[in-house]
Formats: sequence, C-alpha cells, structure tokens
Amino acid sequence: MINPYVPYPVRIDDIQIATEDKSLKTFKFVFLNEGDEEKFAYKAGQFAELSIPGKGEIPIGIASSPVEKGFVMFTVFKAGVVTSHLHNMKVGDIMGIRGPLGNWYPWDILEGKNIFIIGGGFAFTTLRSSIVYMLDPANRDKFGTIDVVYGARTPGMLLYKDELIEWGKRDDINMHLTIDREAPDWDYHVGMGPNIAEKVGPKGDEKTFAIACGPPIMIKFTLPVLEKLGYSNDQIILSLENRMKCGIGMCGRCNIGKELVCKDGPVFTLAEINQTPREY
Amino acid sequence: MKVIKIDKTKWAEGLNKLRSDYQLIGPVKKDKYHDFQMLGKDQLPDVELLNTRMSPKSVVFPQSEVMLEYSLDETKEDHHIIKEVEKDASPRAVFGIRPCDAKALMLVKLNFDTSDYKDPYWIKAFEASTFIGMACDDPASTCFCTSTGCGPYNEEGLDVLMIDVGDHYLAKGITEKGEKLLKTAGWEDTSDDASLIESKKGEAEAKITSKVATENLKDKAILDLYEAPFWEDTAFSCLNCGTCTYVCPTCWCFDIQDETHGKKGIRMRNWDSCMFPLFTLHTTGHNPRETQIHRVRQRFMHKLKYFTDKYEKGIMCVGCGRCVRLCPVNIDIRTVCDKMNNYAASS
Repeated sequence: MINPYVPYPVRIDDIQIATEDKSLKTFKFVFLNEGDEEKFAYKAGQFAELSIPGKGEIPIGIASSPVEKGFVMFTVFKAGVVTSHLHNMKVGDIMGIRGPLGNWYPWDILEGKNIFIIGGGFAFTTLRSSIVYMLDPANRDKFGTIDVVYGARTPGMLLYKDELIEWGKRDDINMHLTIDREAPDWDYHVGMGPNIAEKVGPKGDEKTFAIACGPPIMIKFTLPVLEKLGYSNDQIILSLENRMKCGIGMCGRCNIGKELVCKDGPVFTLAEINQTPREY
Repeated sequence: MKVIKIDKTKWAEGLNKLRSDYQLIGPVKKDKYHDFQMLGKDQLPDVELLNTRMSPKSVVFPQSEVMLEYSLDETKEDHHIIKEVEKDASPRAVFGIRPCDAKALMLVKLNFDTSDYKDPYWIKAFEASTFIGMACDDPASTCFCTSTGCGPYNEEGLDVLMIDVGDHYLAKGITEKGEKLLKTAGWEDTSDDASLIESKKGEAEAKITSKVATENLKDKAILDLYEAPFWEDTAFSCLNCGTCTYVCPTCWCFDIQDETHGKKGIRMRNWDSCMFPLFTLHTTGHNPRETQIHRVRQRFMHKLKYFTDKYEKGIMCVGCGRCVRLCPVNIDIRTVCDKMNNYAASS
C-alpha cells in the first residue's frame, strides 16, 4: 500500500527572488531518489504539498511545466509559518514534496481550442506552467490562438518577467501585459487586468476557452467581462484555493458542498462553481 | 453461517484463550465513564453496557496518531527526510461494539479507502481488527438507528454478532474472520436457535420509536438546502464546542501537526472539528466558514446531504444518539434532519 502522506525527499537547487518587494521567491527542487521525478509526473494546473519537517506542509501550485525535466519549480508568497520558514531556507537544504495533487486544466477538452488566459498578481504560477506546456514545439499545433492578459501593480511585481518579454516577441502567442499605474520605461498596457481583457480579449465562441487565475477581486471583475465577450459558464475555467492539510480528500476541511477543492479541484468551471456553496 | 451458544460461565475462559492470538479491546469503566480500551490481563469487557460515551472509532482512528517521523540532526545521513513510522498491525479483537458503531466504520471506510488514495493507518488498523458486536435489546430513548439504514441487530461491519439470552450468549459468525475467532476461543457448541434471533430482532426493532425522515433529501439541490431559511435558528444556541463531532462515530475530520523535541520529531494527526473557526481559516485571515451558522450548516449538510449525494449510501449518521445526549445546548440532529427533509418536500 502506497502511503500518500510520505513526501518525496528533495534538495533546494535554486532560489530566486521573484518580485521587487521580495515577498515572493521561486524555488527549484531536485529529487534525491532516482525514479521519484517520474513518479511525480504531473499536468499543468496541479499542486503539491511542500513539506518541511518540524514546520508542516503548504499546498502550492506547480509553476514548472510537465515539458521541463530535471527539476520542479514553485513560486511561494511569504505568508504563514511554513512559507516564512521556506523563505529563510538555503540552496542545498533538504525537505519534502508530496504530490502531484488535485486535478488539472482540462487539457483533453482544451486541445484544438483557442485559449484566453487572464492572470493577476502572484496567481500566475500554474498559468506559467500551462503556457510553457502549450508553447512546447511538441504541443503548439494542438492549440489555436493563445492570448494572455497578465496584470500586476507594478512592473517589478510581474512574475517570470524575462519569460514574459520573450513570449511577447513570438508570433504564436499574444501577450497583453498590464500594470495598475504608469511607470517609467513601461511599453505595455496600463490599467486593471479585467479592463484590458475587455479591450483585447478574443470573443467567446464554442472554440474558445478562458482560464482565469488571480486574487478574488480580479476574478470578481473578470467574470462580467468574460460574459460580455460571450463566454459560457462551462468555458470559463477557474482554480480555487482553500485551507488544506491532507491534499488527498480525507481530512475534511476544504470542501465546497460535496466537492473537495484538494481532490475534485482545484480546477473547476464557473458552471460547476455556481452549483456549490461559496465557501472558498 | 452457523450460530454458536456460549455459556456465560465459559465466557471468561474463552476470552483468555484469545489473549495469546489477539489484543483484546472492549468497553471498560475508566474514571466515571466507559470507553473502548485495550484490556489488561484478566480484565473482562463490559459487553452488556448499553454503549460508551465516546464511540469506538478510536480503535481504528486514534484521537492522536503518529504518522511520520524525521530527524533534524545534520550529522545523520537521513536528516530532514520524512519517513513512515512502524505500526503495530497485530490482530485485535474488539468486543461489545454495537451495530450502529460497526455500521459507522463502514461509512468512514468510504473516506479512507478510496480508488485514488488509501489511508494506510486507518486501513491497516481496520484490517487487523475482528469486530464482535453486541445486539441491542434495550435501546435508549435517543436511539434512532432503524431509520438511518441500520438497526439493533444490523450486521454491517461486524465479524460476529452476539445476542444476550440470559444465561448464555448466541454468537452468529458473519465473516471468516469471525468464525476463526470463535474457534480460537473454543466456543463451538452449535445452537439451533436461529429463529430466536429473528424474533428477538423484531422485538428490538419495535422498541426503537425515535425516527428521522430522510427520503426527500436526495432530490433537493444542494444550494436550495444550503440557502434554506432555518439555519440561523438552528445555529443560534450552538457554542461551537465540537462535542458532537468528537463523540460521533462517523466524524472523521483531522488535522496534521509536526512536533519536534530536540533534533527528533514526528508528524501526527489529531481529530479536528468543523465546529472550530481555525478548521478553515486561511493564512490571509479570510475564513470561508467564518460564522457559527456556516459551521453548523456544514456539519448537518455534510452528514445529511453532501455525503448522501456523493456516495449514494444513505446519510452519514447511524442513529447512535450520542450527539443528542451530549450537546450542551440540546441541538438535536433528528429535529434538524426532519426540518431539512420537510423543506426538501415543500419547496
């Protein structure tokens, strides 16, 4: 019997400060035991429990992409006991990763479709994973147009900025970066994400799906925009967060109605979410 | 399956024979109340007790349980690597479990033994156990098992069902595990009293007059019941003390915590409760079930609606009545269930 509570041992291989306010860091982990990376096979949209002995565990979306091999990557906001401790850890330190957990963006349905991604602030992690996955030469032909609206307060608060700029130069993805207020040397949009989405977003039709991930306030203003653009509720895909412990649907706290965010989610369509109590 | 007759004068002798092959567990009095405990040498279980204050769920799901261990000592090669702890999976025999509590184990099993994940701690303890149940002939006024898909002679979850017939017990072997235990104990006098069991069962069922109605719950949409007007009233007196969830045989929620002493530590789980605000509190301070109304509604919706919809095995309640007896403000799941069921029919 496989014990789902035992994490894979990993070593911190790289730590990068991810935002100008230093509240987010990006960690790359390598697996200590041969074969564990294969066992950890994941899809874009899933999460894992970062497991620090003596501190506890924290569920974090996987920011690396299934097409990137040799490491797994997470971008972590310093917020509570575990994440604060993680921010003080060093390259070479040993800890654990448990997963992959939860469902993923519905790649089987999304194949052959146009994809409209709306991201805000530091909820861009599994969206990065998804974009890298779709842009991979082996996968790019499987998707139609890819549009990305990504907003942050300032240029320095955008995650993975170098990659964003590189993607902006490509002709097989339309990047629409935005910041809240004018800033020097900023050549992209200025304004709130949902407003930009309304201006540049592709129209919703049966061949176009929207994936939105961001702070609650962004989601609140994005949903009416998507409706105006013509997206139906089962073509709007969201990823939820809730307090979790086990991550495998057993400990009982993360449910929204009969759905468990950790196991039945975190990815739900708006149509599904509309059938559940708003307990997230 | 055959029925064995156990003379009460041979009861202790049989139990003693079992002690070398099984750890014996049963209801014994500890301080003021009875509880399911590991029996000491020569100690006998109080199998004729109506029921324990706490349910026997702790036999397979201890209130606190060590799951994993680790060392933070960097001179050790495996420092910071989190490992499974060894568990005692030797056979245990659980005496005096009532049919409601045995059925509860089968409901809880749906949570811990799934096609996606197996909880090894719960499953190994469950599989190591032989459950010897005691049929109920004299129910309490708070017993309502017959309307929850259970009953005073219900066999689900049991390996042996015992029936008290005055100077002797009848023991009906239900599973191979149960038959093996009866044989090991040397209880082998077969009885032809199977018809007596049927008639006693009928009498016992007739004594249970308290009932809940659940037939309309299934067809009502979750959000309709969630938004029903009676939740504020239902929750008004609740103290969120969590007693109902701790005494409940079907409540399984748990928390996971690390405890480090010096350089060594353990990761353990502890029973948790949906009645506590911390249960769902986010690090940001946001709490999706921030009020007492949210939490009380969660408890009843989970037991009577979410579980019913998810597994299609009825409600997540076996009618043991513990929460009804022990709630300090007299919140009664039977009343709430009927309210929900009536609302589901009327609107």
